[in-house]
Amino acid sequence: MYEFSRGPLVWIAFAILFVGSVYRIVSAIVLARKDKVVLPYMKWKFSLRSLFHWSLPFGSHNMRIRPAFTVLSFLFHGCLLLTPLLTLGHVALVRESWGISWWSLPDGLSTMMTILVIIVGVFFVLRRIADPTVRFVTSYLDFVLVILVLAPFVTGLMAYYQVGNYETVMIVHMWAGAIWLAMIPFTRIAHMLFFPLTRAYMGCEFGHVRSARDW
Amino acid sequence: MKETPESKVVDPGIDETSRRLTPEKIQRVVKHVLNKETASRLQVYLDTCVRCGLCAEACHTYLSRDKDPNFSPVGKVKATLWELVKRDGKVDGEFVRNMARIAFTECSVCRRCSMYCPFGIDIAYLLLTVRRICSLLGVVPLYLQDTTNSHAATQNQMWVQQDEWIDTLQWQEEESQFEIPSCRIPLEKEGADVMYSVIAPEPKILAQLLGNMAQIFAVAGENWTMPATDGWDNSNMAMYSGDFEIMGRVERLHWETAARLRVKKIVMGECGHAFRGAVYDGPRWLGWQFPPIPMVHAIEYYYDLLSSGRIKVREKYKEHVTIQDPCNTVRGRGLGDKLRYVVNALCENFTDVTPKQEHNYCCAAGGGVINCGPPWKRSRMVSNRVKAEQLAATGADIVITPCHNCHSGIEDIIGHYDLGMHVKFISEIMVEVMEVPEHLKG
Amino acid sequence: MTLVRQEIHEMKAKNWDWQIGTRVLADLAKVRSSYARVDELDVSPDGELIAAPVKLEEGSFTACINEERWPDSYEICWFVRFTPAGKLIALVRIDDEWTVAVDGVPWEERFEYVWNPRFSADGSSVAVASKRDNLYGITINGKPWGTTFQGMRDFCISPDGTRSAATVQVAPLAEADVPAFFAGVWSVAVDGKAWNNRFVNAWNPVFSSDGQKVAVEIRTDICDYAIAVDGDPWPSRYGGVWAPICHPVDGGVIAPARLDGAWVLMKDGNQMWDGRYNQLWLQQCSRDGKRVAAVVSPVFGKWTVAVDDVPWRRVFGDMVQQPVFSPDGKHVAAVVKENNRWTIALDGEPVAADFDMIWDPVFSPCGSHVVARAERGGKYLVLYDGRTGRTAYDRLWEPVFSSDGRQVMLRYVRDDKYCRQVVSLNDLLK
Ligand code: HEM
Ligand code: SF4
Ligand code: SF4
Ligand code: SF4
Repeated sequence: MYEFSRGPLVWIAFAILFVGSVYRIVSAIVLARKDKVVLPYMKWKFSLRSLFHWSLPFGSHNMRIRPAFTVLSFLFHGCLLLTPLLTLGHVALVRESWGISWWSLPDGLSTMMTILVIIVGVFFVLRRIADPTVRFVTSYLDFVLVILVLAPFVTGLMAYYQVGNYETVMIVHMWAGAIWLAMIPFTRIAHMLFFPLTRAYMGCEFGHVRSARDW
Repeated sequence: MKETPESKVVDPGIDETSRRLTPEKIQRVVKHVLNKETASRLQVYLDTCVRCGLCAEACHTYLSRDKDPNFSPVGKVKATLWELVKRDGKVDGEFVRNMARIAFTECSVCRRCSMYCPFGIDIAYLLLTVRRICSLLGVVPLYLQDTTNSHAATQNQMWVQQDEWIDTLQWQEEESQFEIPSCRIPLEKEGADVMYSVIAPEPKILAQLLGNMAQIFAVAGENWTMPATDGWDNSNMAMYSGDFEIMGRVERLHWETAARLRVKKIVMGECGHAFRGAVYDGPRWLGWQFPPIPMVHAIEYYYDLLSSGRIKVREKYKEHVTIQDPCNTVRGRGLGDKLRYVVNALCENFTDVTPKQEHNYCCAAGGGVINCGPPWKRSRMVSNRVKAEQLAATGADIVITPCHNCHSGIEDIIGHYDLGMHVKFISEIMVEVMEVPEHLKG
Repeated sequence: MTLVRQEIHEMKAKNWDWQIGTRVLADLAKVRSSYARVDELDVSPDGELIAAPVKLEEGSFTACINEERWPDSYEICWFVRFTPAGKLIALVRIDDEWTVAVDGVPWEERFEYVWNPRFSADGSSVAVASKRDNLYGITINGKPWGTTFQGMRDFCISPDGTRSAATVQVAPLAEADVPAFFAGVWSVAVDGKAWNNRFVNAWNPVFSSDGQKVAVEIRTDICDYAIAVDGDPWPSRYGGVWAPICHPVDGGVIAPARLDGAWVLMKDGNQMWDGRYNQLWLQQCSRDGKRVAAVVSPVFGKWTVAVDDVPWRRVFGDMVQQPVFSPDGKHVAAVVKENNRWTIALDGEPVAADFDMIWDPVFSPCGSHVVARAERGGKYLVLYDGRTGRTAYDRLWEPVFSSDGRQVMLRYVRDDKYCRQVVSLNDLLK
C-alpha cells in the first residue's frame, strides 16, 4: 500500500489532473465557439491587463476595500500553491525518482506556511458560517471542498510532527494529496483553471469593447 | 413571512401567467435555453463561482437592503439559475414567478458586480438568461412586456404612431426657431453626415429635448438628419424583457435606416440602455461584431463639440451640480472622463460623487427595472437607498443625468428620499449656456 | 425594386436628351437669394429639373423647380421629390389639413396627416399613408381606401401601381393589454380589405410582380414566426423570419427563416438553399428569376453575399448592403464596408479604392460596366469599373446610363450651379 501510494498513485493523480485540466479548458474553449460572441472579442492586451490587476494583492478596488480578507486570501493561495511544490520532502521525492531537483523551503518555513493554510482554511469555514451573505450561498459541498483542500496539509503536518502511526498518516497524506490533485479539474477548485479565462474575457469586454476598467 | 416592499405586489404579467404554466412546459423551455441557447459562458460561470460572496458589496440592492443575502448578486443567481440547473428545470409556476421577480425587478443588469467578482463572472448575463427563460414562458412584468409589444408592433418603445413622430419633429422645428430662427430638423436628408436617433419618450413626453438638440446642431453647424420612417427609435426594452428576436428586429431597422440615409455616423441622445442595445446587444444578436456604422453617444458628441470649440460657452451654469454616471455609457463605454469634461465646461460649481466613474452605483431604474412599472416602484426605491445617500453627500442642487432611465430613476429617488434636488439632461444646460453666433440669430 | 426601376429607366431614357455636353440648369445661389430658406434638393430622372421646398415667409412654403416656383403656397411644404415618371410631388398643409401636391396641384382629398409617399416603379402611381379621424389607411393617386384602421405600419404598392397593401391593426388594444396583444390584433389589408386571419405582428408586406399575391412576415406567438401569403401562413413556425420577396417569374415567395439557431433561405415553405448561415437577409432575384443572391454572414462578425447559396470568398467586417444584379443576371455587386470605409464589391472582389460613403452600384444595360457615386472628404466622385473619376462635385445624384449604354448622364452641383452632363462612357473619368 505504502509503495503504491508513493509511486503509481501520485502519477495517476497527476495524470488525472493533467488530462482533466486539458479537457476542461479545451472543452470550455470549444464551447466558447458555440457561444459565438466570446472569442472574437478577446485581445491579449486587455486580457493580460485585467489578469495583472486581479493577480496582484490590492490590485483591484474590491481588494482595497477589504484589506484583511485580501491578505488572508493571498497568503492562503500563495502558501497553498508553493508549499507542496517547495517542501523538502516533496523535492527529495522527485530527486529520488527523476533525478531533478530544485530549491526547497527550510523546514520551519514550510511548516509555518502549512499552518497558515490551515488557519486561513479554518477562517474560510468560519466565515462561511458566520457571514449571512456567504452562508446563504453555501452548501455542504463547499465545506467538503475546504476539507478536501486542507486534508493534505493537516496530514502533512501530522506526519512532520510524527503524530499517530507514521506510515498510516503518510498513506492518508499521500491519498489526500492525490485526491486533491485529481479533484482539481472536476470540483470547484477548477476555479484555478478558469480564472485566467473568465478574467481575460471580462477584461476584454470592459477594456477592448467598452474602453472601461474592470478592477 | 416577513412583509417586504415586494411581497404584496400584484402584477398580472407574472402572477397569472405563472399560474397557468405546466411543469412540462417549464422544463422544456429551461432545457432549451440551457442546452441550446447558451454555451461556454453559462457553464464556466456556474462551475467557477466559489461562493465567496465578494460580489455582494457591488450591488446597490444588497447595500440598500441592509445586506440582505437574498439581494447579493450571487444570492440572486442561487435562487434562480442554480436551482434550475440542480432540479433540471423541474420547478413549478411559483418558482418561475419568484425567478421573474428577482431577475426583472431586483437586478438592473448593471454589471457593477462583474468588477467586484475576482473571476469577473458576468452575473448580469446570468440573470438575463433567467429573463430569457421567463420571456419564453410568457412570465414578464406587465408593463415591461407591454413596452416590448410596442417595439414589436411599432418599432418604438411608446406606441408612437408614424404621423405623430413626423408631426412632433415639425412642431419642434418651429419651436426651436423661436430661439434660433435658422434652426431646422432636416428629415430624410440622404447623405447627411449624422443621423440623430432618440428614444420614444422624447417625441411622446419630452419633445422639447428634440428642439434643444436642433439648437445644438444649428450652433455646431452639423449636417444632420432624422428619418421620417420607423427606425428612428434607438431604445430597446425587448433586450431587457428577454425577447431577443424583437430586440434584433428593432436594432436591425435602426441600423438599416442609418444605412438607407447614407449617414457616416449616428449620434444618439442622452440614454444609456439605448446605447447598449444599439452598440452591443443588438449587433451581436444579429451577427455584427461591432456596430456596422459608428454610433456616438451624446456625452461623447458634446465632448467633441466643446473640446473642438464648435460650441462655446457664453456664461457657465451657476447652480451647484453633481452627476449620475450612467452604467451603460460609463461602465459600458468609459465615458466618465468625457462626462466630467463636459460638465466642468458647462458648469461653474460641480461636486463629484463617490463612488464614481465605473464604480458608480446604478440608478436602479435601468435594465428594464423602471419599465416594470408602478407596482414595483416602492421596491425599487427601497433598493436604492445608497444612491440617495451618495447624492445627498454631494450637497448639490442639480443632478445631471445623461440617461433617460437614470433621469426618471433619480427623480423618483429624489422624491422618495426627499432630497430636494432636481434632475437635468446635459442638453438642457447646454442650450442655456452656449454662445449663439450672431449670423444664426438673424 | 432597383431592378424594376432600372428597366423603367431604360424604357424612358430613350426619349431623353443624350447629346454629349453639359447644360447649366439652375443657379443655386440665385435660388437661395430669392427665398427665406431652401431645403433638401431633388433632381428629376431625366436630369432636366432640380427642385426643393422653399420658404417664402413665415408660415408660407412652396416648391421651386430650377429657378421657377409653384404658383400656390402652403402652410408647410416638404418631402419635395420627383416620381420615376418625372412628376414633382410634395406633402403640403393647407388650412391645417394635409394632402399631396402633384406638379403644384393638390389632391382634392384632405387629411389629418399624410406621410411616406411611395411611387410605383413606372411612376404612374403615388401612394401615401394617410390619417383621418384618427383612423389610418392608404391613399393612392388621391383616392383613399374605403376602409380605415386603428393602426397601420408598413405598406407597399403593386408594381403596376394599382393596388396597395399595409399591415393594419384590426381590433382595439387597451393600454397594457398583453393577453389581447398575444391573441392577435394585427393583419394585412389589401386595397383596404383586411385578411380574416389575425397575427401577433405582421411586417413588410410585398406584392408579387403581377400584383395578385401579397406575402408578409408574421409572428404568431412570443417566439413563433412565419410567412403568410394572401392570409395563409406557411405550415411551420420558425425562430425568426425576415422580409419576403416574390419571385419575378413564378411568383413563389422567398424569405429567410431561422431554423435551429441558423438562418436558411426558404421558398414557399420549403428550404430553398442548403446553406445554414449565421445571418441571412436582403435576398434578391435576378431579372429573369434564374438566380438569387442574399446578404449572408457565414461566421459571426463576417459578412458577404451568397449567390445561389455560394458565398463569395471575400468577407467584410462591418456591413454588406443589398446585392444588385446586372440586367442580364450574370453579375452581382453590392456596397460593402470594412474598417469604417465604404466601397463596392463586384462578383466578390472589392474595388481597391474606398470612400467615406458610397451609393448603390448601377450596371450598364449590357451588364459589363458598373458605376456608382461616392463621397470622400465632403466631395462627391464617380466610380467607374473600379476607377475613381478626377472631378469632384459638391453634390452628385445617381449616374444614369443611356439605353445603349454608351453614354452616362451625370446630375450634379458644382460652384453652386446645378448641371446636367452627358458624357460618353469612355470619357467618364476624364
Ligand atoms: C492559481 C490559481 C488560483 C486562483 C487565481 C484562485 C483564486 C481564488 C479566488 C479569487 C477565490 C475567492 C475568494 C478568495 O479570494 O479567497 C478563491 C477561493 C478559494 N480557493 Fe482559490 N484560486 C486558485 C487556486 C486554488 C487552489 C489550487 C485551491 C485548492 C486546491 C484553491 C482553493 C480555494 C478555496 C478552498 C477557496 C474558498 C474560499 C472560501 O471558502 O471562501 N484555490 N480562489
Ligand atoms: S443589479 Fe447590478 S450589481 Fe446588482 S446583481 Fe444586478 S448586475 Fe450585479
Ligand atoms: S464574487 Fe464571483 S465567485 Fe464569489 S460568489 Fe460572487 S460570483 Fe461567485
Ligand atoms: S438607467 Fe442609467 S444608471 Fe441605470 S442602468 Fe441604465 S445606464 Fe445604468
